Amino acid sequence: MSDLPKPNEFIDRIDRSIPRTGWMDTPIDIRKGMYCYAANPKSVEYVHLPNAHAWNPVEDDWHLPENWKEIIHEGFKTRLERFRSFKVFMDICVRCGACADKCHFFIGTGDPKNMPVLRAELLRSVYRNDYTTAGKILGKIAGARPLTMDVLKEWWYYFFQCTECRRCSVFCPYGIDTAEITIMGRELLNLLGLNIDWVATPVANCYRTGNHLGIQPHAYRDMLDFFVDDIEEITSVRCEPNYNQKGADILFITPSGDVFADPGTYTCMGYLMLFKFLKEKYGLSITWSTYASEGGNFGFFTSHETMKRLNSKMYAEAKRLGVKWILGGECGHMWRVINQYMDTMNGPADFLEVPVNPITGTRFENAKSTKMVHIMEFTADLIKHGKLDLDISRNDNLKITFHDSCNPARGMGLLDEPRYVIQNVARHFYDMPANTIREQTFCCGSGAGLNAGENMELRLAGGLPRSMAVKHVHDKYDVNTLATICAIDRAALPTLMDYYLPDVRVTGVTELVANALIMPGEGERTTNLRGEPLPGMEEEEE
Amino acid sequence: MNVNYMYSLLAVVVLFLLSYLGVKAVGLEILFGILFPYLALITFIGGVIYRVMDWAKSYVPFCIPTTCGQQQSLPWITPNKIDNPFTPGATVVRMFLEVVFFRSLFRNTRNAIREGKLTHEWEIWLWLAALAFHYSFLTVIIRHIRLFTEPVPFVVQLIETVDSFFRFEVLTDVVQFGLPAVFMSGLVLLAAVTFLFVRRILAPHVRYISLAADYFPLILIFGIAFSGIFMRYVSKVNIKAAKELTMGLVTLHPTIPEGIAPIFYVHLFFVSVLLAYFPFSKLMHMAGIFLSPTRNLPANTRAKRHINPWNYPVEVHTYEEYEDEFREKMIEAGLPVEKE
Repeated sequence: MSDLPKPNEFIDRIDRSIPRTGWMDTPIDIRKGMYCYAANPKSVEYVHLPNAHAWNPVEDDWHLPENWKEIIHEGFKTRLERFRSFKVFMDICVRCGACADKCHFFIGTGDPKNMPVLRAELLRSVYRNDYTTAGKILGKIAGARPLTMDVLKEWWYYFFQCTECRRCSVFCPYGIDTAEITIMGRELLNLLGLNIDWVATPVANCYRTGNHLGIQPHAYRDMLDFFVDDIEEITSVRCEPNYNQKGADILFITPSGDVFADPGTYTCMGYLMLFKFLKEKYGLSITWSTYASEGGNFGFFTSHETMKRLNSKMYAEAKRLGVKWILGGECGHMWRVINQYMDTMNGPADFLEVPVNPITGTRFENAKSTKMVHIMEFTADLIKHGKLDLDISRNDNLKITFHDSCNPARGMGLLDEPRYVIQNVARHFYDMPANTIREQTFCCGSGAGLNAGENMELRLAGGLPRSMAVKHVHDKYDVNTLATICAIDRAALPTLMDYYLPDVRVTGVTELVANALIMPGEGERTTNLRGEPLPGMEEEEE
Repeated sequence: MNVNYMYSLLAVVVLFLLSYLGVKAVGLEILFGILFPYLALITFIGGVIYRVMDWAKSYVPFCIPTTCGQQQSLPWITPNKIDNPFTPGATVVRMFLEVVFFRSLFRNTRNAIREGKLTHEWEIWLWLAALAFHYSFLTVIIRHIRLFTEPVPFVVQLIETVDSFFRFEVLTDVVQFGLPAVFMSGLVLLAAVTFLFVRRILAPHVRYISLAADYFPLILIFGIAFSGIFMRYVSKVNIKAAKELTMGLVTLHPTIPEGIAPIFYVHLFFVSVLLAYFPFSKLMHMAGIFLSPTRNLPANTRAKRHINPWNYPVEVHTYEEYEDEFREKMIEAGLPVEKE
């Protein structure tokens, strides 16, 4: 980040004025800091996706197959037939402009092609040219243009400047969802092997090892064992998890990012503690899986088919282990996939039972077909029934706000459960302004596979609206903790906070739960999971 | 100068001249009064049906509503039944509010970065203008049923009464203008369409995204409303003769009565063009909104399985393949395996 300007200069630099030339005549400049590196052909090849090849976005020649236009034309046509969303969204936009300033990337860059309507017009212009009579006859007057190499590059540049967050779709009078547009755009690009590496390599890893990071089973266990040791040091309780255990009650699946990187690791420690607590007190057995060791699904950022291929492991593993139902950890797009795609793609899960929390007796009617429950639903239910022993004073030094992750908000509606949990494990909670939370939440700016290092300027631009909202509650209420239920958030928001608001930390909600959770047989706890002194214990530390 | 609205303006001017001169100079009343209206109506009906069928032919593989409120989950958490509809009934309510009140557009905000801060404000004008535009247009259309029915249905008369309730009177020594039936709808339509047009030209970002296809219908509808108002209040077209023509059309005994001014044919031609243009344009949003998968599906996907008609088997990496690759490492790490 050293070559980036100071935040206030970064903000001052945002220019919303529009170019002199029309958008079709304004060539793109694939600019360093704004794009992600091209997919490693080995990763593309590993999962047998088409046209794996080496290429570089900033070079003229992208080494495409000779018939690339034909491939796109056919691919476009197939998708128009398969997805009514795509076809209708190609036709009915009236360009009213309601979506224009709703996109975090537009707010952060001022680039008109980051207005959702123009992002979609990038595809629509080619659609009109190839598939509508008016476009064929009137050409540019009808908003049509032929597919050229420049157009294709523009697609690639801007469909990887969209995090599929769906904020624009909340405001669109017809519900036009740019996530759908971007998903289709990326599917088409993938037909030519034009993925980004931050998506393609996690996909290949996940396919082979079960998780995006490519952690092999023994290493996965090592990492969790490491957390077990850490927790023991802090609480004097050993929270050994079950791995790949047949006949467990519940299979637990969470993003592998939490196993790997701070501060997600503390959330992961939180899961281990919560499950140990439930096992000791209520005899509930929950197993982790090394085969299905990924909740997230970068296939979703590649194509519907790749999403289905990666997602298949969840049900397959639940079936193999003979569990009753599946519990899912804190993750954003993972939950979009589970909530709106999994049952359709890989169901019916008739080998599982309708999820019932044996401790409270709650039957999760809302998950009776998919048979997968969100950890926030699960924890909220436990707290509501008084089943957790909590000392919430341990979180007294935290002034917390909550970042609604895009997908649980707009692809699910999981809004009050996490707030309920936070407010029952901590005393100081302050929501950000209404325009920036719940269904209107702003993206972290790094979703949909854009959480790379080389596109840092883009990420900071996309995360700007969120950071400003955090700053608002930081200035007003001294908020020092940004809680979230998404692994990409936990990886992306610390970078944002380091840049814009260095004294705000990022935490998963289950980390807060675990800090407050009184473990059976625990020793005196003087630090939180991060090894920092608990409120009132500061002196003893010294 | 923006080429997109110039093209559109030019197109409407040409349409005006064609019909005006066509009737006045060449005497093509039959063409503009009978043939074009019939052709336009056939194109409209056939075109709309074709387009909707064409959309309907595409599959809805996934249930992907945009959820705009709390989900239905635990019994003690209050769900937002409308914006996150769990049942088909609630989805109908959501769609009703969307179609009738433009609920999503009502949420519209505008933001700006001021003094290093991102500020949001509620932006109601687009919603208001859109609502005024659509409802005044609807009222105008309903009022026009008078020209195609005998006797005039009660509903139409009722709407006329309500529409003309706010009467318009200018009574000074010089000008005395006061008609019992000045219809507000026509004036509102003209005002709203003007607002939408001016907004498109003046708001830089909206101008940037606008195509000729966005200006053309606005200018055309402006032409329709203007010629209608002009006929009614200024040139006083022979309404009796006009109704004879329209009744002739609707009873399939078309006639061209004497004494109808060319402006009437201009009006009728504009309407014909709008009808014929409708199915091939963005105006199809009228039908499309009903088919939008982010709005018209219930958000109950975890409770009820949505079926994808083309769900095909895919290549997966099975547990067996996984264990085969990592078996030794798994055994060494004490992880259970299927085959020792």
